[in-house]
Amino acid sequence: MNTVAPVFEDAEKGSSLWHDAWLRLRKNKLALLGGSVLLFMVVVALLTPWIAPYSYEAQNLDLGASAPSAAHWLGTDIFGRDMLTQIMYGGRISLAVGFIATAVALLIGVTWGAVAGYAGGRVDAVMMRLVDILYALPFMIFIVLLMVVFGRNILLLFLAIGAVEWLTMARIMRSQVQSLRQQEFVEAAVSVGLSPAAIIRKHLIPNALGPVIVYTTLTIPSVMLLEAFLSFLGLGIQPPATSWGLLISYGAETMEEYPWLLIFPGCALTLTLFSLNFLGDGLRDALDVRGSKD
Amino acid sequence: MALLSVDNLSVSFVTRNGTNKAVNNVSFSVEERQITAIIGESGSGKSVSCYAVLGLIPSPPGRIDGGTVYFQGQDLLALSEAELRAIRGRDIAMIFQDPMTCLNPFMKIGDQLIEPLTLHKGMAKGAAKEQAIALLDEVDIRDPQAAMSAFPHEFSGGMRQRVMIAMALINEPKLLIADEPTTALDVTIQAQILKLIAELQIKRDIGVLFISHDLAVVSDIADQIVVMEKGKVLEGGKPKAIFDNPQHPYTQKLLAAIPSGQKATNPVAPDPLIRIKHLRTWFTPTAGAEPVKAVNDVSLEIHRGEVLGLVGESGSGKSTLGRSILRLVPITSGQITFEGMELSALEGRALKQFRHRMQMIFQDPYASLNPRMTVYDTLAEPLLLHGLVRTADLDQAIRELMDNVGLARTFVRKYPHEFSGGQRQRIAIGRALATRPEFIVADEPVSALDVTIQAQILNLLAELTKEYGLTMLFISHDLAVIRQIADRIAVMYHGKLVEQGSTAQVFETPQQEYTQALLAAIPGANAA
Amino acid sequence: MLRFMFVRILQALPVILVVITATFFLVRSAPGGPFDQEKVVIPEVKKALEAQYRLDLPLHEQYFAYLGDLAQGDLGPSFKYPGRSVNEILFAGLPVTAELGLYALIIALCIGVTAGVFASLRPNTAQDYVPMSLAMIGICMPSFLLGPLLVLVFGIWLDWLPITGWGDIPGDKILPAVTLGSAYAAYIARLSRAGMLEILSQDYIRTARAKGLPEWRVVTQHALRGGLIPVIAFLGPALAGLLAGSFVVETIFQIPGLGRFYVQAAFNRDYTMILGTTVFLSSLIVFFNLVSDIIAAWLNPRLRHHFQHGGS
Repeated sequence: MNTVAPVFEDAEKGSSLWHDAWLRLRKNKLALLGGSVLLFMVVVALLTPWIAPYSYEAQNLDLGASAPSAAHWLGTDIFGRDMLTQIMYGGRISLAVGFIATAVALLIGVTWGAVAGYAGGRVDAVMMRLVDILYALPFMIFIVLLMVVFGRNILLLFLAIGAVEWLTMARIMRSQVQSLRQQEFVEAAVSVGLSPAAIIRKHLIPNALGPVIVYTTLTIPSVMLLEAFLSFLGLGIQPPATSWGLLISYGAETMEEYPWLLIFPGCALTLTLFSLNFLGDGLRDALDVRGSKD
Repeated sequence: MALLSVDNLSVSFVTRNGTNKAVNNVSFSVEERQITAIIGESGSGKSVSCYAVLGLIPSPPGRIDGGTVYFQGQDLLALSEAELRAIRGRDIAMIFQDPMTCLNPFMKIGDQLIEPLTLHKGMAKGAAKEQAIALLDEVDIRDPQAAMSAFPHEFSGGMRQRVMIAMALINEPKLLIADEPTTALDVTIQAQILKLIAELQIKRDIGVLFISHDLAVVSDIADQIVVMEKGKVLEGGKPKAIFDNPQHPYTQKLLAAIPSGQKATNPVAPDPLIRIKHLRTWFTPTAGAEPVKAVNDVSLEIHRGEVLGLVGESGSGKSTLGRSILRLVPITSGQITFEGMELSALEGRALKQFRHRMQMIFQDPYASLNPRMTVYDTLAEPLLLHGLVRTADLDQAIRELMDNVGLARTFVRKYPHEFSGGQRQRIAIGRALATRPEFIVADEPVSALDVTIQAQILNLLAELTKEYGLTMLFISHDLAVIRQIADRIAVMYHGKLVEQGSTAQVFETPQQEYTQALLAAIPGANAA
Repeated sequence: MLRFMFVRILQALPVILVVITATFFLVRSAPGGPFDQEKVVIPEVKKALEAQYRLDLPLHEQYFAYLGDLAQGDLGPSFKYPGRSVNEILFAGLPVTAELGLYALIIALCIGVTAGVFASLRPNTAQDYVPMSLAMIGICMPSFLLGPLLVLVFGIWLDWLPITGWGDIPGDKILPAVTLGSAYAAYIARLSRAGMLEILSQDYIRTARAKGLPEWRVVTQHALRGGLIPVIAFLGPALAGLLAGSFVVETIFQIPGLGRFYVQAAFNRDYTMILGTTVFLSSLIVFFNLVSDIIAAWLNPRLRHHFQHGGS
């Protein structure tokens, strides 16, 4: 609908809410820094097989655990494997779990919440009652249980974590849709005669997108924490694969002699979590998303 | 010597986007035992100047740039925060606009009431409670004893404002600052609260600084009027002088904007466009609960070409009636016919196709437009949906709409948040007219607007009604506004239609007690 | 209010039943029987063992028998430690975990609420930024990283505090409690800051100031109650999180608590132990959620009124 014909040739350009939000975000240095660090991490993770200084399997048992040096910038672990390479490969898994499990949560949660919020009435009551019940379940314990019973399967890990995190997403989406539905502009759309599908597409989704973006950004770090937590306990990612949580757990075992084996993977994880949280908080301010009470 | 004398006060707000001079060299005074009213529209700086008097401007971003505020010979601006606190609530007390949010919902009324006494006078709780009960009685709270241990949410808005007044007066202050104390209240409650303030002011010998946007309200009670606009004082004087001989053009504009006069009724041949028979719209908040009978057995006819004014206070069911006709809320029982066709039976496609013949204009121009759609998209949506214009003619049609509602064409690609309230309401009117409807429900379309803007929008609606040959249901709580635009009036109370008749009939010979009370509550007996 | 509590308890019961059922069938559906790993199992012995653990019965009968035991508070025998019941093992570890959790919660509440309220009083100044940056670190620094780091710095490099054990050497409870509590302190700080900022912008705070109340009384008498409701409501989930966190902390510091038993049971595939512990911990968490919900509702007069009058 951008074909503004000669009738409006002198029309002034409006500034959409998205544009305004971007202007606000641009002023938030911490959020920008967070975004850049995150982007860097993701690019490195994608390119790891080509840019890692050593191959993932390469060991040098003679070297053993060595402190950072010119050949091995972040040192080597007790098998003489390059720590930088390990962290890069571990990051691939940690980030993948973070993004994929969040995507699972997003898909289920947004659909569930939007349907419940739009349908209202009995459908809504039943759907949200289920969410309430699941919310009351001690999921951390359940995930541990799942991993024990079905073995340490990475696909299951994605599903299990996604299944926990979708609940919050569903609540946020539902409260969004519900409050939007009561807005007069939606009533106006109904009175113009727009179909429910068109109302959802043109009036509800664009207005509910902001909170979803913010909470997606904030869900990724909590998912990554969960993965690292499980891996630390030995219930998550299994060798020969590795993740930051697993590296931290190895590091903790030998930290007395080789503290760098703990500190470097710890830094990688913390830095990423920082970036995501700063970016998320920045987006929240920029998009003017109120804190959810759930 | 004046009780309060404000001289050359300037206040600004420093934000990231620069400095905004909210109050610019403002001077006014309150004499002992008199009421000074500050009149202005939103953004005039009237509230800011009063908060500055008590040192209640949050800083940052607020900053007092200069001036003096003398109260009983003391410059309040020169006092320390602790010294100011000793004056607040003891010598100067304040009441606010929205009684629903101004009382602490977590504290009992009694505990909030006695706070100023225990704080400033070191009074023991028992004695303070006795005094509080006596005062609650004075502001006409029924059963003051029980009220002391009640929580705010158990009281209505009017009752809460009485509690606020009691709380302000409990220390027998010399000056009461009242910031739009009746704006959030229903008309009849507003009249009661105004009467209460006037009585107490005389009985207790206090000076009052009364802030309002409503000249009619102020004309009834003020001894002095100060008119403010954009942070400056334009003129001041006795009410009579201001009303009879306003000096400043803005004051003249304000006075002209007071809804007055009565529409010259055009005799309409009784040709009912819409017939409502025994309409009930009930809501059941949760399963098993007692239903809320928002509209309860209403029968009404709306004639072709007339503007029917529907008046009532909050909770009367007037909005629900309007939405029921447009099928925006499900009706419980009854019949609505449009040109003899039964609306209540329409479903699906038939209903959708029919919708373009009836449209709605909403109260809140900030909520009734999708914030992510440009004016162009907002206006194009109904046109394209009902296939009213060919794509090639779309621009031309939108241009005509914008011209008709008085929007500059250059605004076409802007978003709602870039417009003022009045401009937004014009966009909303444009959208309603886009489908070329025969019937429009206007639900409080000017209540959220400033007085001068309100007058413009009312004129626009009156013109468009004539030009498009519209039939309109005009819903409002404001009888003065209704009188100006409606041919006939229907009065609703507690879900029922209590009275209807021609505008002249209802105003001159109201039949029902409730209608008489409503009419008596219209402020501005002195203004007319 | 009684009605509200009653309704909430009624709602909690099915949740616990769901937990028991789901856990039971999950554990039973695990591939491989519990005694498959033993090297030599004489068929007769295996049979006797299976009978002892009721594994010879059909699944649904096992389920109902288990429910019956549970109703009497019996979580059954342990697979791995013959002769010891799950109850014994649980109650040996419970006091330790409860003490650890309590200390962590106290640390989290004291530091979190103080920092959050403090920050909310002067938003967007150093008084806000410093505690909130620390809170951000607390959130981004998981306990399994913070614990080892604290051990490294205070236990090994500085040699100030003992690094393992629980109640053996004076001071050995400090590091575990701090490790477990810090993330929650951070979260509570953020919650109470947001809650206080919301309340401090309300109109009735302006009313309180207009009365001439000094700022500290405005905060303590008018703002705190509403501002901390989110924190109260968070306590239930926080306790659940603390229990899960104790898995890690007890492993790091070698503390003989519930969490460590649970993780060990998970590695040993001690199914009755897992089942029993899960049911116990879950019921505990559901109970805590219930209590914190009820307290939060009680603190809000409007809700209280609503429920007292058989609200609709």
